[in-house]
Amino acid sequence: MKKSPAPYVSTTNACKLCKPMGACLAFRGIEGTVPFLHGSQGCATYMRRYIISHYREPMDIASSSLGEKHAVYGGEANLKQGLQNVMAKYGAGLIGIATTCLTETIGDDVPMIVRAFRKEMGEAVRSEAIPSLVNVATPSYSGTHMEGFQAAVRAVADQLADLRERTEAVNLMPGFVSPADLRYLKEILQDFGLKGIILPDLSETLDGPAAQDYEKIPPGGTPIQQIRNMGGSRATVELGRTLSKSATAGKLVEERFGVPLHGVGMPIGLRETDGFFQILEEIRGVPTPEKHRAERGRLIDAYVDGHKYVSEKRAVVYGEEDLVVGLTAFLVEIGIQPVLCASGGRSGHFREAIEEVTRDILPLTPLVREGVDFYELAEEAETLSPELLVGHSKGYHLAKRWNIPLVRVGFPIHDRFGGQRILHLGYRGAQHLLDRIVNALIEKKQADSPVGYGYI
Amino acid sequence: MSSICEEKLNLEEETEGVDPEVLKKELLEKYPTKVARKRAKQIVVNKLASCSEGLEIGANVRTTPGIITQRGCTYAGCKGVILGPTRDIVNITHGPIGCGFYSWLTRRNQTRPPTENDENFMTYCFSTDMQDKDIVFGGEKKLKAAIQEAYDLFKPKAISIFSTCPVGLIGDDVHAVAREMREALGINVFGFSCEGYKGVSQSAGHHIANNGIFTHVVGLDDSVKEGKYKINLLGEYNIGGDAFEIDRVLEKCGITVVSTFSGNSTYDQFANAHTADLNTVMCHRSINYVAEMMEEKFGIPWIKINFIGAEATAKSLRKIAHYFQDQELSDRVEAVIAEEMPEILKVREEVRPRCQGKTAMLFVGGSRAHHYQELFKEMGMKTISAGYEFAHRDDYEGRKVLPTIKVDADSRNIEELEVTPDPERFRPRKSPEELERLAQEGFEFKDYEGMMRDMDNQALVIDDISQYETEKLLEIYKPSIFCAGIKEKYVVQKQGIPLKQLHSYDYGGPYAGFKGAVNFYQEIDRMVNSKVWNSLKAPWQKSPELSAKYACD
Ligand code: SF4
Ligand code: SF4
Repeated sequence: MKKSPAPYVSTTNACKLCKPMGACLAFRGIEGTVPFLHGSQGCATYMRRYIISHYREPMDIASSSLGEKHAVYGGEANLKQGLQNVMAKYGAGLIGIATTCLTETIGDDVPMIVRAFRKEMGEAVRSEAIPSLVNVATPSYSGTHMEGFQAAVRAVADQLADLRERTEAVNLMPGFVSPADLRYLKEILQDFGLKGIILPDLSETLDGPAAQDYEKIPPGGTPIQQIRNMGGSRATVELGRTLSKSATAGKLVEERFGVPLHGVGMPIGLRETDGFFQILEEIRGVPTPEKHRAERGRLIDAYVDGHKYVSEKRAVVYGEEDLVVGLTAFLVEIGIQPVLCASGGRSGHFREAIEEVTRDILPLTPLVREGVDFYELAEEAETLSPELLVGHSKGYHLAKRWNIPLVRVGFPIHDRFGGQRILHLGYRGAQHLLDRIVNALIEKKQADSPVGYGYI
Repeated sequence: MSSICEEKLNLEEETEGVDPEVLKKELLEKYPTKVARKRAKQIVVNKLASCSEGLEIGANVRTTPGIITQRGCTYAGCKGVILGPTRDIVNITHGPIGCGFYSWLTRRNQTRPPTENDENFMTYCFSTDMQDKDIVFGGEKKLKAAIQEAYDLFKPKAISIFSTCPVGLIGDDVHAVAREMREALGINVFGFSCEGYKGVSQSAGHHIANNGIFTHVVGLDDSVKEGKYKINLLGEYNIGGDAFEIDRVLEKCGITVVSTFSGNSTYDQFANAHTADLNTVMCHRSINYVAEMMEEKFGIPWIKINFIGAEATAKSLRKIAHYFQDQELSDRVEAVIAEEMPEILKVREEVRPRCQGKTAMLFVGGSRAHHYQELFKEMGMKTISAGYEFAHRDDYEGRKVLPTIKVDADSRNIEELEVTPDPERFRPRKSPEELERLAQEGFEFKDYEGMMRDMDNQALVIDDISQYETEKLLEIYKPSIFCAGIKEKYVVQKQGIPLKQLHSYDYGGPYAGFKGAVNFYQEIDRMVNSKVWNSLKAPWQKSPELSAKYACD
């Protein structure tokens, strides 16, 4: 029996980011949107820097720039002025307003301020000359960036979705995945002949082409008109096992408009992807297109070929809960032994989800830790002699200390090139992950060996 | 009026004829009236000093809500910039998780502990990670426990506490906690009230941090380092290893650096800083007040130096030598310059034909936008527009305007320390006669004349440039290179203009000192002459006849 981690007071080297950052990312995935933080300007600057260093793309976040005076007397005037300035210069279709710890602590009533602002704008609102305004409460002292992300998605659905006409579209809430993942999801939907409303869709807005004509707000993102008719879609698919146990946008759309919801795990690895494809088959009433079946076949072939390199290897996996659940599902399939599954998040459903995805294969559930930081993670993992780390860049120091490979996935990745193009999802994503993991282990073997293996 | 005052900016051909006054109007056009009025003061068409008295610029004023700025917060300036590069103090962020996470070794300030066993906490990020109940019931208890825990785990020399926005609002007294824990643990524990909302920009945080170090650390260790010529290097943050190169050059000259504020620094260096005989100031903005206070309290005079640019480096070394009035030192400095220069000139001559006449814009920091103009000049490039992110009027117009700067509510937020001569440690480094002699020789103390003096007639000076203005400026001026930070990098590059990061150096560098100049020449040459920008348009887009032909096929 392993001892439980010491109950530390400090969070040392956190394995989570703050809530409004997640909200800003989600807002960025909606067409013509400027994310707006109600608080003092530092939070916006910090988050922009973090997001930009991962995606290597522009990322604007406006701020109401509160000073001490406003911190004491409230930020209403600043928020209104800020909205007006963003409108004047950006031609935004939507402004996504997230609160910060500052404005949550002083208790600014943002929905009320936004209502008052709309009223003051009067005519302009009716003529739709002003952008839609969506607001979400994101105090970081409860929850992580993932909760912020999901809260923003839900707020968008809550404040914009409607039922204008019944359509054959499918709402897809992918969660926080890479632009490469999103492009691939779109391809799958298209191959199924499904029209998808993907909320949010960062595939173009945070991985855009070098522009010839620069645009202030990058093109792409979920079209607002489509969001406005999410209530008319034939179904909603939501990715993420822990997510499905909380209040989500999908549930809201189901309750309000009767759109049936399918909650599935993040489709990482064979089994979770099978589940996802099954749902699509069900919704569309057609079998999985040949192209994807072939990809599945090749994946299984690779599972067999790669097995000798990865079998029984001991891995530590960390990151956002649903990502870790998906990765764990995949790792156990290929024969890797996840000795520790860890997350900075604390949804309360993490262990259960890990159990669900491992019980067919493992006799015992791997060690699961929620709400951890890297200090605890290191302490815990030290005794487990891991041979591989799977997670984002913040685990690099541990990889270095233990002299084991780190296969980078998720966010943030700021010590490698191309983080936004990492494919995690589906048969194809599993193929990529498998290749990368096998090669990382081979490289390590070569590096450690005096023999100089040329064939391996 | 002399003709030099009417001299136009020398731009590249395609932008020839853009009148900066017209451009300024265009920048302001889209703003609501009130905002436009405010921005108008912060955008100035430069005039040569000899042509105009008292050209004034608006600076260090709040950014307007909704205008996307480069600026960060007070906490960022305090924790990230000033104390970020100090390796052996345990820095605890008191607040929710984000602020701490985002300031976790994201800048590339390097450090070099003498041995593997020496403490280095720079890769750590400690946060009290406040939760709901801490916000409701107060976080002091948690903070105390966190300090105790850090002490138990790491036994550091010192622990410092950084307050984020919620802390001030819920009324946690970090200073009382620090005092209590200092007594309980017997090590130095000190707190900073650097809540993000406190100031206009990170500049306020620099001030709060430096005041804290001055109050709680400087002067605690009287042991005197060996060395004939002892200086402190103030306002140098060792980005990309700059301080290592500066140290190398100084060492070669036989000059001892007692402490650096705060690149590659340690707690002990700060404690000992008052034993130096001269303060040299790199970044005037972030630290001139520390130099002032050290003079007041310990009698150490200060001079402005600049190690960015080979010529500037040589000049600064000569100035330090001049101060010490010692032939031996002067000879050695000359020998070092003579030894280092040939390599620099060789590379400079190599890149110059390719870079000559190209144009640069710099919008960054509180001194870098000024200092780096030197390097561009050495390469034959022209700075056509520049501005600071968080500097004050004196950094633009020179220290002569200090008495006329209005103190507003935001500046009042930052404690002005009452400093008096230290009864035991005050020691004037120069006698009145020596000072007199130096003055006669034209030697100047506290000499900072600001950025605008060094800029061309008609160059556009813009304080706290916004995202929107950046885009406009690029569109109209099309500079060969733009210098700013990561937040601007991809916006600018999407438009086909290379951006050099001068906060993190794009993880290159060093660019300071002699070796740094060579690195910079080569890097900028690579960037402005890169072929990739020609590929922005696909071949069929470049030649209309061709695409027309395909269309007919
Ligand atoms: S105050 Fe809150 S929102 Fe702002 S950076 Fe810190 S944790 Fe994030
Ligand atoms: S909450 Fe305050 S201290 Fe923290 S990043 Fe935001 S502005 Fe800075």
